[in-house]
Amino acid sequence: MTLSLMLFYLLAALLVLSSLMVVLLRQVVHCAVALVAALFLIAILFLTLQAPMVGVLQILVYAGAIMVLFLFVIMFLNPALLEPRRGLWRGFGVLLALALGGALIALQRQDGAAPEPVAAGASFGSPESLGQSLFTDFVLPFEIASVLLLVAIVGAVVLAKREQR
Amino acid sequence: MAPLNYYLILSAVIFAIGVIGVLVRRNLIVILMSIELMLNAVNLTFIAFARFLGSMEGQVVVVFVMAVAAAEAVIGLAIIIAVFRHRQTLDPQEMQLLKW
Repeated sequence: MTLSLMLFYLLAALLVLSSLMVVLLRQVVHCAVALVAALFLIAILFLTLQAPMVGVLQILVYAGAIMVLFLFVIMFLNPALLEPRRGLWRGFGVLLALALGGALIALQRQDGAAPEPVAAGASFGSPESLGQSLFTDFVLPFEIASVLLLVAIVGAVVLAKREQR
Repeated sequence: MAPLNYYLILSAVIFAIGVIGVLVRRNLIVILMSIELMLNAVNLTFIAFARFLGSMEGQVVVVFVMAVAAAEAVIGLAIIIAVFRHRQTLDPQEMQLLKW
């Protein structure tokens, strides 16, 4: 077993563990911290796949900005009441999700020949190549994304504003 | 480097865990966090395919998914704050005004 495969197994085990903690822990703050751990592990997996720029963006945008927003809202609302357990519905949901996961895995097993990785050049995944395709082939979606973010800012301000009576 | 199938199976597992969170939990914030988990599982698939097919398109799509996820989190949390102000609860079971 090579070193990179061992690294993958370690990251995968930690990622599954932290994802389960996101879903199963009862305190909301604990869930949020577990999600931060999961996002960091996914960023490391991005680095192993030669996507350093996207990995850095993942840490900055997800683990930084979005999770701070989540934690801020958790502190703001302070959901002290623990949610009630409902046994039957819980079992049904877990069963349904396991069926979905099994179907997804079975779908990949059918295709026997796994493609070998294309030999990637040194510039693959670098900020230069990412910006190159972002500003040439994908310039229209890029502009639309900027408009989407503007709409999100305006919408958040309008929604969270206290109503004046 | 681990084969492509390993990455795909890992992201399928993470996606299924996110689905469990959406279906089972009774807290709007945790449901939103589970949706973020599912989006990240899909991002992992994109990055793995980008590496194994040797094309940058997958990584560009991940950047767009991050922008959409940020917008979704902001709007979702603003809606949660607005709902909490009116109902004093985060339980989606309590929000059944439109239920027949």
